[in-house]
Amino acid sequence: MTFVLRRLGFFVVTLWAAITLNFLIPRLMPGNAAVAMMARYRGRVNPDALHALEIAFGVNNHQSLLSAYFSYLGNIGRGRFGTSLTFFPDTVSHQVLQALPWTLGLVGVTTILAFFLGTLIGLVSAWRRGGVLDGVLPPIFVITSAFPYFWLALLAIWLFAIKLGWLPQNGGYDYTTTVAWSWTFVGDVIRHSILPAFTILVTSIGGWILTMRNNVIGVLSEDYVRMARAKGLHPWRIMWNYAGRNAILPNLTGFAMSLGFVVSGAILVEFVFNYPGVGWMLLQAVENQDYALMQALFLLIVVAVLFAILVADAATAMLDPRARDVR
Amino acid sequence: MTEHEPLLEVRDLSVAYGSDRGPVVAVDHVDFELARGEFLAIVGESGCGKSTLLFALTRLLGPPFSGEIIGGQIIFRGRNMVTLSERQLRSIRWRELAVVMQSAMNALNPVLTVEAQMRDACKAHSEMSDDEIRRRSEEVLRLVAIDPMHLRSYPHQLSGGMRQRAMIAMALLFTPELVVMDEPTSALDVVAQRSLIVQIKELQAKLGFAVIFVTHDMSLVSHFSDRLMVMYAGQIAELGKTRQVFDKPLHPYTSGLLEAFPSIHGPNLRLTGIPGSPPNLARPPAGCRFSPRCPHVTAICREREPHLVDVEGDAVRCVLYNGRAA
Amino acid sequence: MSAPAITTPLAPAPAAGSGPTEPQPRTTVGANLLRAVLHNRKAMAGSLLLLFFTVLAIFPGQIAPDDPQAEIYLPGLGPSSHHWFGTTSYGQDVLSQLIWGTRQSLLVAVAAGGLATVVAVLVGVSAAYLGGLADGFLSLVTDVILVIPIFPLVIVIAAYEKNAGLLTLTIVLGALGWSYGARQLRAQALSIRNRDFVDVARVRGERRLYVIVFELLPTMTSLIVASFLGAALYAVLAAAGLQFIGLGDPNAQSWGTMLYWAQNNEALGSGLVYWAIMPGVCVALLGAAFALMNYAFDEISNPALRPLPKLQRR
Repeated sequence: MTFVLRRLGFFVVTLWAAITLNFLIPRLMPGNAAVAMMARYRGRVNPDALHALEIAFGVNNHQSLLSAYFSYLGNIGRGRFGTSLTFFPDTVSHQVLQALPWTLGLVGVTTILAFFLGTLIGLVSAWRRGGVLDGVLPPIFVITSAFPYFWLALLAIWLFAIKLGWLPQNGGYDYTTTVAWSWTFVGDVIRHSILPAFTILVTSIGGWILTMRNNVIGVLSEDYVRMARAKGLHPWRIMWNYAGRNAILPNLTGFAMSLGFVVSGAILVEFVFNYPGVGWMLLQAVENQDYALMQALFLLIVVAVLFAILVADAATAMLDPRARDVR
Repeated sequence: MTEHEPLLEVRDLSVAYGSDRGPVVAVDHVDFELARGEFLAIVGESGCGKSTLLFALTRLLGPPFSGEIIGGQIIFRGRNMVTLSERQLRSIRWRELAVVMQSAMNALNPVLTVEAQMRDACKAHSEMSDDEIRRRSEEVLRLVAIDPMHLRSYPHQLSGGMRQRAMIAMALLFTPELVVMDEPTSALDVVAQRSLIVQIKELQAKLGFAVIFVTHDMSLVSHFSDRLMVMYAGQIAELGKTRQVFDKPLHPYTSGLLEAFPSIHGPNLRLTGIPGSPPNLARPPAGCRFSPRCPHVTAICREREPHLVDVEGDAVRCVLYNGRAA
Repeated sequence: MSAPAITTPLAPAPAAGSGPTEPQPRTTVGANLLRAVLHNRKAMAGSLLLLFFTVLAIFPGQIAPDDPQAEIYLPGLGPSSHHWFGTTSYGQDVLSQLIWGTRQSLLVAVAAGGLATVVAVLVGVSAAYLGGLADGFLSLVTDVILVIPIFPLVIVIAAYEKNAGLLTLTIVLGALGWSYGARQLRAQALSIRNRDFVDVARVRGERRLYVIVFELLPTMTSLIVASFLGAALYAVLAAAGLQFIGLGDPNAQSWGTMLYWAQNNEALGSGLVYWAIMPGVCVALLGAAFALMNYAFDEISNPALRPLPKLQRR
């Protein structure tokens, strides 16, 4: 129980840090961007947009820094993120919620797929150490894991979309089709997500394969694996129940740390493909200096990462009885 | 006394592994026999090859005890284990030959309950139903004085002594003919060590299995083993009835070992260690491997490697006895 | 009757094939590293690549055929013997741009990676050595920064300062990318801290700082190097990514900005494939160099991961 409480406490601290960063950064930048921004916009932008910016910055000339901070926190707490400049007059919250499903679908699904596939391949390749799989795959994946996401995306676009013309190179769906729960629409969405998904999968799977392989190699010299052999268990059973279940545990904790890469990759891939997800929207916001939207999206990304960590922790607790008993 | 077929015959067994410095022979032409129900202790320093020998016997070589059997035979109940395939070996494993390892914390799978690990073994070798498996598991746990409710525990929830006994219980699931133990008491405190070995002897008396007990602590087995094998640098230095080896050690290494610890009851003798260190097995010394450290070394020792010779029922590998074949 | 174990007071038997378990004396740390690198194929490959790029970075003027900014050629030419990778939409030689771009990309990688590693060592080792509240606080800060995704954060920072120069980029990446290394270093420092030779130094009366710098750090060399390589790899990719989406200085001469301009001019669609792809190839190669060396260092510091030596039968 204390373990859970400590984790939640950590999440709250991290969230608080992210919110505070959102608040402080514009103020810390040379020239105090917040105030400069406000001065530039006053009189030239309509009151609603101004209000949006005020919320984003927590700026109200009549308040001290500390009280501005607290009213900012209050607004965030009440879910009032302001109005978006880019998608005026839509609220930030509404826009963010539009982009979310696209990213969840693309990035969420591919990351989970990459994790499971990568872990499986890593397990098998380490199990058959010295075999063909083990000799060929790790060096290849060491190299591919160093590929910049966007470069692979460009390559994929060039090869499959332009040269071969098999798949579309842009967008989340064909803008001429009607948005509805019809087969054509869904099929279209899937067609548009194949290349981005492929890019993310190929770049991220390498890391999982390598870490799992290293873990399994470490586990294979453990006594309990030798014991399993001594008991005459079937090799598959040993590979799965003894080696696999133990080797995956550090991978799960590592999952949390690799999320940073996943997020940065997702942003770049969405950018290259003009895929209407959270990352793409973030860059649009930056482009248009739509700070309210930008800050909200940043917060969303942090929340998503924390949520993923929570899931990984829960999975660890489920798979490792020692974690459940930790004081 | 009628001569029974020996349970285990090891003939000329050699094990080597590859390293950056070339092949290293960890077990060098080892020869011995084991009778049914016998308790054989194998003692020696770290690196003498006793654990490698153990894992070679049970065909369990692999990281971190890497190596391959490069020669010899292991005849267990009439079958040569060296030539058997993995599938054939699997039918022998656990039913006839079980293993108990050094640290139960490491030898038990941390993510499975004790029950699950016992069930694994049962299901792999028999058609027992789940009920039968559970009853058998409870039975073996009671044999080692562990409350059967601990079947549902995970290894980290048991105490060190309990874990070790649980491992022994697991080894007895099919009442095998031979139980091989690799330093099963090293991870325990002194009191637990002795009570464990007493328990092993009781079980042995009750169920009749043979034991090969590898340890670096000679005194521990002095009252419990039938025969004692002293290993040095991958070879057998001395092998004989325990009492005989203790009372009249033939090999200078054995005497050195015995003189290294004090006897509570005996006279207040000066403790002596054995100077020097064990040889580098990648480049073993010429002649007798113990010669660089032997207090009775002669010129011949450095030239000729001595064979195992039988002296009044005790086998010894030392030039001193080469002229006295029994 | 109990008795001490049979291991008589002697040096332990040499365990063939395993890595050094005793602390390496200072003078041979460098020599050991060099030997390890030379024997490892991946490390060799990575080092050669790195060397290649370093040469390009130091002597671009001598190697590149043209001034990278000079818009003197026909725009949009395909590859030829004159222009190995063609020209840009502005009539610049792509190859020259690639060569001149090496300097900035390598600089960011090494500087940001170095900065991040220094901070990681300071935070990680201090946390391990100080223990208690200080450790708790430092660990918390490390974990928070570890969890908050750096890339979006850098985007947010860069948004407020449009067209961030190379210096800003380097400092920001270095100041944020240390958390993973700090965690690893702290873990290793914790395990070493309790080893005998550290106690020996303390008993000798050496000051804390001495113990940390001269006893602790040398044994952590391979992990520190691995940390640096990982941080450098991340810096290369992150910097290129940020410049690509337009958050860097568009007038800078680096691979990332080349990609930015290529993307802006629809290079892919208009057939200027090399302009669009080659800078990415360079980033990938430099990244691969760091990744290979990182992987090799994993193997060097953990002998279990090395390829198994085969038993040669006589």
